[in-house]
Amino acid sequence: MSASGSTPVLTKPAGTATGPGGVGGGRVRRTLDRARTPLRGLAGLAGLVVLLEVLPHIGVVSADYLPPASEMGRALWQLLGEDAFWTALGDTLTGWGLGLAIAVVAGVVAGVVIGSAPVLRAVTASTIEFLRPIPSVALIPVAVLLYGTDLESKLLLVVYASFWQVLVQVLAGMQDVDPVAEDTARSYRMGSWGRVRYVLWPTALPYVMTGVRLAATVALVLTITAELVIGSPGLGNQLAVAQTSGAVPRVYALVLVTGLLGVAVNLVARAIERRALHWHQSMRREGQR
Amino acid sequence: MTVLTLARRTGLVLGLPAVLFAIWWFATAGSTDFYVPPLSTILGKFGEVWTGERLLSDVVPSLVRLLTGYLLAVAVGVGLGLVVGMHRGVRDVLEPVLELFRAIPPPVLVPVIMLFAGIGDTMKVIVIVSGCMWPILLNTVEGVRAVDEVLSDTCRSYGITGPSRLWHLVLRSASPQIVTGMRQALSIAIILMVISEMFAASNGLGFTIVQFQRSFAIPEMWSGVLLLGLLGFALSLLFRVAENRVLAWYHGLRRAQRNP
Amino acid sequence: MLDVRNLQKIYTGRNRSVEALRNLTFHIGAGELVCLVGPSGCGKTTLLKCMAGLIDPTDGEVRLDGRPVDGPPPGMAVVFQEYGRSLFAWMNVRDNVALPLRRKKLGKAREKELVDHALEVVGLADAHQAYPWQLSGGMQQRVAIARAVAFEPKVLLMDEPFAAVDAQTRAELEDLIRRLWRELGVTVLFVTHDIDEAVYLGQRTIILSTSPTVVLEDLTIDLPDERDQLHTRSSTRFAELRAHVYEQIQRAKHHNGDTHAAVADRSDELALHKSES
Repeated sequence: MSASGSTPVLTKPAGTATGPGGVGGGRVRRTLDRARTPLRGLAGLAGLVVLLEVLPHIGVVSADYLPPASEMGRALWQLLGEDAFWTALGDTLTGWGLGLAIAVVAGVVAGVVIGSAPVLRAVTASTIEFLRPIPSVALIPVAVLLYGTDLESKLLLVVYASFWQVLVQVLAGMQDVDPVAEDTARSYRMGSWGRVRYVLWPTALPYVMTGVRLAATVALVLTITAELVIGSPGLGNQLAVAQTSGAVPRVYALVLVTGLLGVAVNLVARAIERRALHWHQSMRREGQR
Repeated sequence: MTVLTLARRTGLVLGLPAVLFAIWWFATAGSTDFYVPPLSTILGKFGEVWTGERLLSDVVPSLVRLLTGYLLAVAVGVGLGLVVGMHRGVRDVLEPVLELFRAIPPPVLVPVIMLFAGIGDTMKVIVIVSGCMWPILLNTVEGVRAVDEVLSDTCRSYGITGPSRLWHLVLRSASPQIVTGMRQALSIAIILMVISEMFAASNGLGFTIVQFQRSFAIPEMWSGVLLLGLLGFALSLLFRVAENRVLAWYHGLRRAQRNP
Repeated sequence: MLDVRNLQKIYTGRNRSVEALRNLTFHIGAGELVCLVGPSGCGKTTLLKCMAGLIDPTDGEVRLDGRPVDGPPPGMAVVFQEYGRSLFAWMNVRDNVALPLRRKKLGKAREKELVDHALEVVGLADAHQAYPWQLSGGMQQRVAIARAVAFEPKVLLMDEPFAAVDAQTRAELEDLIRRLWRELGVTVLFVTHDIDEAVYLGQRTIILSTSPTVVLEDLTIDLPDERDQLHTRSSTRFAELRAHVYEQIQRAKHHNGDTHAAVADRSDELALHKSES
């Protein structure tokens, strides 16, 4: 699963993108739009804040459920001054980072091993297709039994969910290897390590990056889930506590923090992905499987 | 297909799962570990627990919540996605707001929506809708945006406008992205169904499984984990079948583009 | 029939504006087959889009049967160069051809008749159920032509329709256009950058300058009505006309320095098209 993925699906045939005649026009207009867009986006965000402020005041929704934006802001400010909050944030980031790292390493290793041998690929295909869609939340009771509220609980969920994201992308990447490059490598009698290093890996890299990006989002979702449901320390747990104690503005402040965390994860992951793509201009499509 | 290749393929598909199953079966066969009961016990409980009245009282309500929430999310996501995608101005204004909403990890919506909607079925459906509509919405926007200019001009010059354009041009050409969004949304929907039931419910799969775990009914709990796994697998299989029907043209097109 | 008067199109941005068309005036009579030819990047597509009502001109106007064109007019069909992008990849050939007819509410029987006939005349009678991406480039363009034919337009606008197909297919398609034009009595405006094609196809050839575009010459092609690839192309008159158009285009190219860049640009594109098809 994943909460991201804008997919560039249909690539237009090269060269037909601009018709003759339309040469100047489109380009000029695009520069103009680029300047205008961020401003509009800011207006949209400002509008959301205003809406959140006004709605409870005019009584469309009760302020008990949806406190005005100013109160959320105050709660957020207060939150930022608490040590407990920063500890929780640290816990969340630790669970996320550790889980993601394990999943990426495991996913890449498994992917490279399976992907470089057609036999292995054929043998494991059905198992992967079966295990992958199993929702990792199904493991929650198992995690609780085995590890209670320890970090391992969190890691079990996070690793299970994000591992598949990475593995599937790595496999897709290894499959995308240009047969000509593959043949060339063989004809130069490159050993299997050489083939992995110089042919398979460079082709798969953009896919790996996409997998990492998807996994990063998934890992965050599962980290928060584990904290929320199992009660492992972290932002999710803070949120659950705030909710049961009826500190509504605090609930929203925490939701906002998780949202911003999500945005940050997305932006960083995309930036890294873009860099990876930058040196590797292959045809690459994500999220199709 | 000859008998031999058929046998080979069956072997490939079923081989590893059979081996893994066997390992699980024999490794736990004489297990006295309280937490890891023998697989035979779990499977025995599976039939006992999930085929009786629990099927109606827990499994069906969970599925109804899941499907209601998911389908509503598809309707809302695609609908809003069309509006946002087709209007540049709206898109520029809303894009950062939508990105923020999408980035919020969906599970945190559970406590928030409980404030509004209590702990009933409505809450669960709203949680599912508000958690899994974002990937659908944003992918729809992306798809609508990418509608080919030449095709769009073609439609205009042939007077294909209004609902006909929406259906034959916009929705169809955005369908690969919409389906991608729907696939992501489906797994989110399952997660949200389970944890909203774990969090606050009086029936449903998530609730029951947590009850088993709290009362240390370990084989029953494992059977529940197994059921959730099977559910996830079955839904993704159904999704795949539906996708292959709806996007047959797209997969064909992609193949054609790859091997010109 | 189709009148273009003082047509001007300027694309405006914040800091600069590009004048694609300066001042174009010409007339196409009912039932004529006219080719528009000009150096690469000379605003042919802009002109065609103005005529099709797909974009609004900055100044001047296009009139169809005396009525100003301010949106896609009902009796007009357009065939674009990018066949791969002008067909619905999610519909089979038959539905692609039939879709524009639905709005006309002709009744099932008549619709079927039109689609069958259109696919037959373009030589695709046995490809009804195929999807466009299963066909070769030339065949895809035939589908686009069939769609235009079934639409029964009074005017058919074609924007470099054969620029992206291979040479042999191209010759076949050129003859197809001549045949359709004669059989259907439709008015055809054919935009091309290929000089041979411009001379071979039309009754008249309008030669355009580089952007900002004006009409350089309105040339009558006095070749016999019966044309075929072998004899027409090897006739002396064809060679003369061809040489004349070629000279005019060369003159147009050396109009200003900017054009060189545009030409180089464009030939890259063409190379790509060819390697794709």
